[in-house]
Amino acid sequence: MTELILKVIQPLAALLLAPMLLGIINRVKAKFAGRKGQPILQTYYDLWRLFHKGAVYSNTTSWIFRVAPIICFAAIILTLMIVPLAGGNRSVFSFSGDLILAAYFLGLMRFFIVIGALDTGSSFEGMGSSREVHFSALAEPALFIALAAMARQTSSISFSGIFSAVTPHMWAGGCATILLASAAMIIVLVTENARIPVDDPNTHLELTMIHEVMVLDNSGPDFGFILYGAAIKLWIFASILTGILLPINGLPFIISIPLSIISIFIVSIIVGVIESSIARLRLISVPNLLLTAISLAILSLVFALRS
Amino acid sequence: MPTFLAGMCIIALAGFLSLFIKNEKYCVKFGAAGVILGSIIALIPTVKVLLFCNPISLAIPWHVPFGEFYVEIDSISSLFLLPVLAVSSIISIYACGYMTAYKDRRLGMPTFFFNMLVCGMAMVVVSRNSILFLVSWEIMSLASYFLVTFDDEHESVRQAGWIYIIATHIGTAFLLTFFILLGKYSGSENFDYPGIFNNAGPFGTSILFILALIGFGTKAGIMPLHVWLPEAHPAAPSHVSAIMSGVMIKMGIYGIIRTIYILPGIEAWWGWLLIGSGAITGILGVLFALAQHDIKRMLAYSSVENIGIILIGIGLGVIGIARGSQILAIFGFAGAILHVINHSIFKSLLFMGAGAVLHSTGTRYMDLLGGLIKRMPKTAGAFVIGTIAICGLPPFNGFIGEFILYYASFFGAVTDGLELVVTTVSSIASLAVIGGFALAAFSKVFGIVFLGEPRTIKASEAHEVNGQMRFAMWILAALCIILGLAAPLILPVIISAVSGISSLDNDQIATHIDNLQKVLGFISIASIIFIILAGALLLLRRKLLAKHTVAQTSTWDCGYIGSSSRMQYTSSSFSQPIVDMFKSVLFSKSKKVQIKQLFPQQAQFESHTPDVSSEYLYRPIFKWVDVIISKMRWVQYGVVQMYVLYIAITLIILLIWKLR
Repeated sequence: MTELILKVIQPLAALLLAPMLLGIINRVKAKFAGRKGQPILQTYYDLWRLFHKGAVYSNTTSWIFRVAPIICFAAIILTLMIVPLAGGNRSVFSFSGDLILAAYFLGLMRFFIVIGALDTGSSFEGMGSSREVHFSALAEPALFIALAAMARQTSSISFSGIFSAVTPHMWAGGCATILLASAAMIIVLVTENARIPVDDPNTHLELTMIHEVMVLDNSGPDFGFILYGAAIKLWIFASILTGILLPINGLPFIISIPLSIISIFIVSIIVGVIESSIARLRLISVPNLLLTAISLAILSLVFALRS
Repeated sequence: MPTFLAGMCIIALAGFLSLFIKNEKYCVKFGAAGVILGSIIALIPTVKVLLFCNPISLAIPWHVPFGEFYVEIDSISSLFLLPVLAVSSIISIYACGYMTAYKDRRLGMPTFFFNMLVCGMAMVVVSRNSILFLVSWEIMSLASYFLVTFDDEHESVRQAGWIYIIATHIGTAFLLTFFILLGKYSGSENFDYPGIFNNAGPFGTSILFILALIGFGTKAGIMPLHVWLPEAHPAAPSHVSAIMSGVMIKMGIYGIIRTIYILPGIEAWWGWLLIGSGAITGILGVLFALAQHDIKRMLAYSSVENIGIILIGIGLGVIGIARGSQILAIFGFAGAILHVINHSIFKSLLFMGAGAVLHSTGTRYMDLLGGLIKRMPKTAGAFVIGTIAICGLPPFNGFIGEFILYYASFFGAVTDGLELVVTTVSSIASLAVIGGFALAAFSKVFGIVFLGEPRTIKASEAHEVNGQMRFAMWILAALCIILGLAAPLILPVIISAVSGISSLDNDQIATHIDNLQKVLGFISIASIIFIILAGALLLLRRKLLAKHTVAQTSTWDCGYIGSSSRMQYTSSSFSQPIVDMFKSVLFSKSKKVQIKQLFPQQAQFESHTPDVSSEYLYRPIFKWVDVIISKMRWVQYGVVQMYVLYIAITLIILLIWKLR
């Protein structure tokens, strides 16, 4: 029974709280800039407004453009049902090898957002999708090698197995693996969620044309799905990151669930701090950052092999 | 077995008779009817073998020296017969529609060779005698050569055919050596080869393996033996590219798997070699695919990439056998074979789609196309399904094969010793790299060709293709969906078929197979929920939009009015960042006119990525060969009598040698 409740509560918490992550990041950035900042709940207002608006479609677009936001959102929900919160409770779809399915549902999301962007025939959006596929193709091996390192360290190939095996004892023996894998994961998180130093979520100006520019032509509920999906995606990556860091398995779930959610909020604060304190990289240097992530992941694996 | 051979006879006979049909309209249809009927008949025993794991065989004495008409369908053969027979039948339906473009040509020849190709491939898979195998192999290679050179009025097609026939015969030369050595070591020309290991020893078997890998790898397209693929596939008519890329190159894979099956004393380094060459083939294949502008050339490189994925799977399996890791052995082979079947479906589909585009616009160059989804909606629908499947994305079939390979690798990475972990992790990393770039390559193909605005008049005047072509494409698209969702049902069949290769203890791995089946069950449920969820969200959006205005306007142009369709991103610009990043391996060539004045009048940019190995490896070698051979020209008088004399002299020398 408890397990069933937990399986339902984890995705529900994400659906309810994920939009707040964007608000927190914005608030942190505002504080750094000495501004007052928008309300923390601003994303909720935005979503409400978008879902109650009409839509504008380009004449160039076809049904691909119309289904793309839907498929993206459905894919991110499925990923959400696979990735549990930190602590190692089981998710709705929890099986050995679930991390592969999650990564590939994210791939499906990316594929549709890219072809949706190309459907508009706009060169801006073409530029964004070209960069998106380039950077995420490099982020993919980093993600997989980091997960393989953690899998090796914890002798498990499912998210819940890996998360639940992270214990204080494991920290004592394998802190190098955990830290290096999380360092790689942070870079992957920043890349996949279109954050500084890879992309600037605030603009779709030429210099930062990646994610925001791909959705330039989406409007109304479609854009709502994309915004909501982006928030959930950030939540998912933050769950993976906190999952491999936090040794909170064994605590009663009354404590562990709030703790893991708070840690996700802390991740969003960290993202806000990163965004405020460093400049965006030149596009040519972004692959170097991702190669760094791959190297960190490989190092992490080397340490996992040693122990 | 007689049923199977009867099916083969029907296919061959229909091909032969179509040579004599005067009316070109019915000629292709007659041949296709033969392929379909023959395949259905031949599929009956095949499916029986697959379901009951009960090999059937037939051996008839033969007058050919060392030959015996010895054929057998075991479970490995039947797994390969499925794509050979089923996919070829679907392609033959497509051919009926596609060949209408050649109104003023005699179509008897291509129909005959198409049927011979199907027959040849099926016989390759079932033959169990070296001579019979090589004869079938040659029938397959020659039939496909004549199909490739169908449009032989073009210089480029003749060139491509030339490269293909040389490549395939270099491969056959290695196979000939392979079979001669096998026969020498075992004293038998049939595939049961008793006592090879005692005679050959570990060194001999390794030599045999290398010979087979090169010989079969040339057909499969392992880098750097792949050079014929990107030449032959664009040159051939599209249904021929579909059957060659979807089915025929898998005969090379069959050969490699069969070799592993018959060679005793498998060594771990064979597996490393396979994984290493698979990783190189896969990664370079996808990078070259990304750099191409010609849609069929791009698909050819993508086949090279998928062969890489399949080799990684076989490599995992070989390492599993050599090191006694049961799960790696079974799942490596199962994933590889599943990917063979899946790839035969979606790659044929994509080549058919490319053929439809070529048929209706007359060009293969992506940068001249665009916006075809509105003009050819049904083709575009099938094509996008194929694209998703080949990227290995859920919920379609491509994901399942790759998932099993990932699963095996992750399992190896978690449980095995240090030595195995390095290999399994490198296979995980290569699969991830290949997957990421495949997504880039195929989102480019679909996005540039089908989406946006047409870039040329040709593209804007495109029309939907005829019913047969659409029918064939949609059957394959439906198969992509069905095989994706029905994976848990298919897996046990494949596992029981491959468990013969490794001759491992079945009870021990039963739990692993059970687990994997459960996992695949989860994936199927997740896929179904995903589809339902997407449907529900569509309804939700319709409801949300019902109360509001939905407007149509032009794409947001940042206030700049008068943008033209030529300002869209092209396939070259889309892949430019990645191509630039890998310029040290791709050697792309580009030419641009430098802009000098303040108000430049005209600028020009062109880029192309020729094959590195044919440019820098084979060209010098063949130049050298050319120099040597031209020195031998004095023996070529061009007088028939002289050649008869040569033959007579050779015979006399042989006789003396024998009598000695």
